[in-house]
Amino acid sequence: MLKQRTPLPGFGLSLGVTVFYLGVMVLLPLSALFAASGALPWDSFVRAVGSPRAVAAFQLTVGTSALAAALNVFFGGLTAWALVRYRFPGKKIIDGLIDLPFALPTAVAGITLTELYAPTGWLGRPLAALGLPAAFSRVGIVIALVFIGLPFAVRTLQPVLEDMDRDMEEAASTLGAGRWQIFRRVVFPPLVPALLTGFALTLARGIGEYGSVIFIAGNMPLKTEIVPLLIMTRLEQYDTGGAAALATVLLLVSFVLLFSINALQAWTRRRQGASA
Amino acid sequence: MARRARAALALAALAFPAGAATPSREILNASYDATRAFYQEYNRWFEAHWREKTGETVVVRQSHGGSGKQARAVIDGLEADVVTLALAGDIDAIAERSGHIAPNWRERLPSGGVSYYSTIVFLTRRGNPKNIRDWEDLARPGVSVITPNPKTSGGARWNFLAAWAHGLDLTKTEAGAREFVTRLYRNVPVLDSGARGAAMTFGRRRLGDALIAWESEALLLQRDFPEEGWELVRPSISVRAEPCAAWVDDVVVRRGTRDVAEAYLKGLHAPAAADLARRHFFRVGEDKTINGTRLVSIDAWGGWRAAQRTHFSEGGTFDEIFDPGRR
Repeated sequence: MLKQRTPLPGFGLSLGVTVFYLGVMVLLPLSALFAASGALPWDSFVRAVGSPRAVAAFQLTVGTSALAAALNVFFGGLTAWALVRYRFPGKKIIDGLIDLPFALPTAVAGITLTELYAPTGWLGRPLAALGLPAAFSRVGIVIALVFIGLPFAVRTLQPVLEDMDRDMEEAASTLGAGRWQIFRRVVFPPLVPALLTGFALTLARGIGEYGSVIFIAGNMPLKTEIVPLLIMTRLEQYDTGGAAALATVLLLVSFVLLFSINALQAWTRRRQGASA
Repeated sequence: MARRARAALALAALAFPAGAATPSREILNASYDATRAFYQEYNRWFEAHWREKTGETVVVRQSHGGSGKQARAVIDGLEADVVTLALAGDIDAIAERSGHIAPNWRERLPSGGVSYYSTIVFLTRRGNPKNIRDWEDLARPGVSVITPNPKTSGGARWNFLAAWAHGLDLTKTEAGAREFVTRLYRNVPVLDSGARGAAMTFGRRRLGDALIAWESEALLLQRDFPEEGWELVRPSISVRAEPCAAWVDDVVVRRGTRDVAEAYLKGLHAPAAADLARRHFFRVGEDKTINGTRLVSIDAWGGWRAAQRTHFSEGGTFDEIFDPGRR
C-alpha cells in the first residue's frame, strides 16, 4: 500500500508552511468570529440564535441546501456519467459549461435566475399559470442553490468514474448479471464515497450562499429568509455580536453536518474494503 | 525559474494594480445609491468652483451603496472624507460607534447638514387599476405593495415611518399605528434589501400594485420608463425624508483635507447646487406641505435615535409585524 517514507524531501518545512498557512488564512478569521460572539453575554446569545425568526431561518437554510444538494448529486451524477461514459458531439463544450457557475458572480446568477423565474419571466410565467411558485418562494431558493452547487457534484464524481475499471462490469456481465444488477452491485458501491463528498460540498456551499439567493428568495421573515441574510440584517443594525452569534451557530451546524458525512463516508469505505 | 518568477509577478500585478500617482489632493464622498447621478454633476461643479476660488485642482471621488452599508464601511475604516447618507441615524451611528465623526456634527453645517430632501410617494400601474389614492388603500386586502426591508435599507425606514405617521394621524394611538403598519406589511410579497432592488421588483418583475418610494426615485423611474405609464400618487400625509451630510473628522485630519471637505459640504447649500438637486428631483426649502401632502419630520419621533430604538431595533415594532405569536 502506501510507502512509509515519502520520496519528497522537506517534510518538516512543508508541514510548517501548511500549518502556518491554514492558521493565518482559516483559523485566525474563525477565532476572531468566535471571539466576537463570545463577547456576547449568554442570554443575548441565546436570544440572537433562538428567536423564532432565527430558528425558522436555520431550518430554511439547512433544508433548502440539503434538498439542492440531493438534486445536484442525482442530476450531477447523471451528467458526470454521460460525460465520462458516452461520446457525443459538443461534449467538450458541455464539460466546460459545468464550471460556469463557479466563475459567474453570484449576484449575477441571482439576478438572472430571478429574471427567468419571476412571474413575468420566460419560465416563471408558464409556472405561474400552472399555479406553481418559482421566484420569491422556497422553490426559488432551491433553484439558486442547485445552480451554484452543480459543479461541486459533477466535479467530485467525474474523476472517480473516469478511474473506474470497466473490467468488473464486463466480468459481471459474462457471469450473467443483468444491467440493473451490474449498476446496483458493481458500479454504484464504489461511487458512494464520491457521492457523499459531492453532497457534502454542495450542502456546505448552499448553507453559506448569500449573493444569488437574496435576489430570488423574497426575503420574508419566517418564510423565505435565509440565515446569511439575517446575519447581514444584524450587521446593518450594527449588532456585530448578534451577527457573530448567528454565524457561529451556522458554522457549527455546517461543521457537524460535514463531519457526520465524512464519518459516513469513512464507514462505507471501510465496509466496502471488508466485503471486497 | 526567472520566467516563473516573472509570471508570478505579473499575476501579482494583475491582482494589485498600482495606484495612479496622485499629484493633487482628492476627497472621497461616501454616499448612498440614489444620489449617484446628482453627485457626479455636483462634483464637477465643485471641482471647477474650487479651482476658481483657490487655484488648486482637487479631485472628488464618490462611492455608493446602501446607506447603512456605507456607514458601516466608514466605521470599519473606509477613508471617506465626507459622508452624504440617507438619514441622520447613519451618521449618528458613525459618530457613536467609531468616534470618527464629532458628536456635534449637526451643528457644523447649515440646516443640520441637510441641503436637499425628498418625501415618500406611491407609484402605481398604468391607469391605477386598484384605485390607490392614500395609505389606507395600500392596506386593503388584495392589494400588493412593494417596499424594501427597513432593517437593511435606510430609504425603507422612511417608508415605514411615513406609513406609521398615517396610522398615528388616523387613530391618534400607537396601537392604531401599529395595527395599520401590520396590515400594510402583510400586503408586501417581497422584502428587497434595498430601494433599487424594490424598484426592480416593481418595474422589471412587475410584482405589486404599488411601489412605496422616495419622490425623487419615483420621478426618475417615470422618466426612465415612460412606456410603462406608472402613475405617481401623493398620499395625504408623508415624511420629510432628509439625507444628511458631515465630514469625517479623523479622515480629514489625517489626510489634510478638512478645508476641501468643509467647502464641499457648504457648497451643497449654494444656489447652483440647489438647482442641481432640483434637476435630480430632490426638493430644496422648508415646505410644510407638497402638492397637498402634509409632511412630518423626524422630530415627531424625537429624532433618529428614538425612532431607531422604537421601530427598527431587535424586537421593535417592525419585528412585531412578523412575530409569529401575533399572526
